[in-house]
Amino acid sequence: MKKLKYALFTGCTAKQSTPEQLMSTYAVAKKLNIELIELTEASCCGASHLQDFDDFLSLVLNARNIAYAEKHGLTMVTICNTCQLNTAMTKHRLDHNSKLKAKVNEKLNEVGLEYKGTSTITHFLYAIIDDFGLDKLKEMVVTPLSKFNIAPFYGCHNIRPSELQNETHKTKENPYNPTSLDDLIIACGGKNVDYEQKNKCCGFHVELQAPHTAAVLTGNAIAGAVDQNADWMVTPCPLCHLKLDTQADHASKAIGREVELPVLHMQQMVGLALGCSSEELGLKHHVAEVNFI
Amino acid sequence: MSTHSITTQKVNFRVFRFNAGDDYLPYYENYTMEVTSEEVVLDILNRIKWDFDGSFSYRRSCRHGICGACAIKVNGRSTLACKESMTTMIDWFGTDLTLEPLSIKRAVKDLIIDKGDFWKKHDAIHPYLISHIDEHPEMECAVTPEQADELNDADLCIQCGACHYACPVVEVNEDFFGPAAFAKAYRFEADVRDDAHITRLEELHEEKQGLWDCVKCFECAEVCPKEVNPIDKITKLHQMLFKEGVATSNVATRHAVGFKHSIAKHGVLDEGGLVLYSEGPAIIKHIPVALKMFRKGKIVMPWAIPKSDNLDEIQQLIKSSSTVKF
Ligand code: SF4
Ligand code: SF4
Ligand code: FES
Repeated sequence: MKKLKYALFTGCTAKQSTPEQLMSTYAVAKKLNIELIELTEASCCGASHLQDFDDFLSLVLNARNIAYAEKHGLTMVTICNTCQLNTAMTKHRLDHNSKLKAKVNEKLNEVGLEYKGTSTITHFLYAIIDDFGLDKLKEMVVTPLSKFNIAPFYGCHNIRPSELQNETHKTKENPYNPTSLDDLIIACGGKNVDYEQKNKCCGFHVELQAPHTAAVLTGNAIAGAVDQNADWMVTPCPLCHLKLDTQADHASKAIGREVELPVLHMQQMVGLALGCSSEELGLKHHVAEVNFI
Repeated sequence: MSTHSITTQKVNFRVFRFNAGDDYLPYYENYTMEVTSEEVVLDILNRIKWDFDGSFSYRRSCRHGICGACAIKVNGRSTLACKESMTTMIDWFGTDLTLEPLSIKRAVKDLIIDKGDFWKKHDAIHPYLISHIDEHPEMECAVTPEQADELNDADLCIQCGACHYACPVVEVNEDFFGPAAFAKAYRFEADVRDDAHITRLEELHEEKQGLWDCVKCFECAEVCPKEVNPIDKITKLHQMLFKEGVATSNVATRHAVGFKHSIAKHGVLDEGGLVLYSEGPAIIKHIPVALKMFRKGKIVMPWAIPKSDNLDEIQQLIKSSSTVKF
């Protein structure tokens, strides 16, 4: 198989509050012989909040990020659901509206850049499933996770709006019955836990604005997994991770019941199955401690 | 001659039953049927009533996706029963299907719910054009195609409530207006003939109703049978608040604006700095969690925030491309 190579858009969180996510991305990429060229020039995607303030500015900044992936002639790979959504949405809008694309390029030209629309954008989860292949991954598993009941937590922005995401990924995800993360758990030898909240929102985006709403959604999600006897949760989104991992206290208070579970990034789960060490995967960086390894 | 042939499949339905007048708790009844590829969900509801139990209750009227009466949930997904084909449902969920009302806690009889909260919120946004029209106009009130485009399909809403009862925030916060009401508000906010533009925006900005409480989960966009895309309209209302100078400084507006400041300074987001900018002195309440995160190496000190390469490019673009001041 030809070596897989991507332009990595790290997003901001992996460089700050979830360092373990970046470490484990690189550890897994190394095991799978995937080459990642980090887009060090990239800016924040706006996380769907800059978009509330200044839509055009957010388009220009996201187009700039994609333009750098295009310069490398590579598919952009993201490791955050919200980065994935904002970048893919920008691409969709520019590719379907030549006037808007020209307006954005007028700005980008000022700094010697151009958005052409030549790079596709995918999330590392789908890069593993669509491009690397789950069968091949299965063959490489050295430590099957067979002891564990693992609760997948999908995160909104990889599965909704499905029209956009299904045009981006080869895996056609039904947001009411998503399968990618469940399939990944099974490929790693684990047992996937089915629970109602697996495709629901964690509340991250209103943690400051509407803390009670956010805490109830987080609490319900963890409680849903606990009630189905999950040993831990796994997510492809660092924002969901942050919410579920660091806010268990608030969430417990909001739903009137003590709940906490370790929450792993999907890269950490794959890394464990592939035999990476807990140092390589940054397992010590969790608030809800990962104490089963 | 068409080569299309009708196929049939055996499907098990688990159907929510409840009569607020008689029952203390709801229960589920099972019905198994041969379903044809031609049928929509509403055909199944009719067959349950006609072939199995005449007391089974649900709402329907137009049978053409116009009246919005027939929305229910199929395997948890809000669905307009007369529009959604059984073939799609089986493709998505297999042959075990659960039929439930849009909101179990609002069930009155079987699939019929009390939509009072939905209508109350709908009414509260003044869902009509407010215009001081000359009683003796000399010419028609022309709207250009471009101006009409600004409604962005918001006028297609049939008030079915599919989005409202799919929205997780509606379930958690009873003051939250919900996606349909906000989409309807946008319908008039975007209409050039409307004179209540600023007043309605000011009302929507009041914190209680929660224009800023939307968690951005895209459930409403996903389920809307008319492709109204309510979250897109909520985003546009946010943008209008800033553009029209209605936005006041609060934690939500500062949170949105903080992204621009942070990107201008670092390229990437300064996460801690954003919380400080948004919360102001109230940041103190985040200290217990911040300490836990700090102990786990999850907080980067202000002086160590990474910076994007070619930051000058980003700064130049922010300068030349910003369209909104705040
Ligand atoms: S995107 Fe916002 S309005 Fe729409 S369903 Fe989610 S929380 Fe509700
Ligand atoms: S926005 Fe769509 S889903 Fe919501 S009430 Fe209107 S038509 Fe129904
Ligand atoms: S019966 Fe009118 S919309 Fe379905």
